[in-house]
Amino acid sequence: MTVRELAALPEFEAVCLPDGEREILGGYAGDLLSWVMGRASEGDAWVTIMSNVNIVAVSTLADPACIVLSEGVAPDGDTLERAKEQGINILTTSLDTFDACVRIASAL
Amino acid sequence: MTDKVNFHFDIDGDNFTSAGEASVRIKKLLREMGFSPDTIRRVSVAMYEGEINMVIHANGGSADVDVYGDRIEIILADKGPGIPDIDLAMQEGYSTAPDNIRSLGFGAGMGLPNMKRYTDDMRIESALGVGTTIYMTVKT
Ligand SMILES: Nc1ncnc2c1ncn2[C@@H]1O[C@H](COP(=O)(O)OP(=O)(O)O)[C@@H](O)[C@H]1O
Ligand SMILES: [Mg+2]
Repeated sequence: MTVRELAALPEFEAVCLPDGEREILGGYAGDLLSWVMGRASEGDAWVTIMSNVNIVAVSTLADPACIVLSEGVAPDGDTLERAKEQGINILTTSLDTFDACVRIASAL
Repeated sequence: MTDKVNFHFDIDGDNFTSAGEASVRIKKLLREMGFSPDTIRRVSVAMYEGEINMVIHANGGSADVDVYGDRIEIILADKGPGIPDIDLAMQEGYSTAPDNIRSLGFGAGMGLPNMKRYTDDMRIESALGVGTTIYMTVKT
């Protein structure tokens, strides 16, 4: 499934989609950035409630297919700006982190 | 082969917004130089953790990445407070990061362990009140 296809599901919304054709290969959930850096795999959908600009640098390095902000969290303004510059996909959802993961897993 | 290519970065100590920029730059440079995704990931993740540590714990510093024929060396140097107990600091979960830093997702105490895990060799030199220098090597 591509990031664009995930974003098209009713529970998700794309707030930054510079690379919508990117394929989602799996998922990782977590808010501690060092854990994400160490454990997330390339191509994962990364589900988090962290919305500050540092999630963009982490994504550039850990290379998930997209960030999914759960629990109705919105990205900070400079996060969106930086994500556009760096080509990082960001989706949002009002689902909590568990339900977001379940929804993504069942769609994969 | 003794020839090396050096990349030098100054790491701004009070700018959380730009933290990680040097690592992101290195990732792009190494990709252009044709290194494998695994090597690039290891170097850039290890460097990111070190870069963040210099911003959080040492008020900035410098990063040098030396690319040799068979390895990449990363040298992170700061003039921060130093690390009083390196063995303790290396333990997973140990962190002195303050709450405002934790609320950004840092301070998991996994930075130094990640740096060790992602590199083939890591050495820390630290003196209280003088600073910290971390040497890491990734074989290519
Ligand atoms: N460059 C540094 N200067 C001074 N202290 C440091 C430095 N890097 C790490 N430390 C100390 O080592 C601890 C563990 O570092 P780390 O594993 O990266 O965890 P974290 O950064 O999440 O606290 C830090 O909390 C800090 O006390
Ligand atoms: Mg750290």
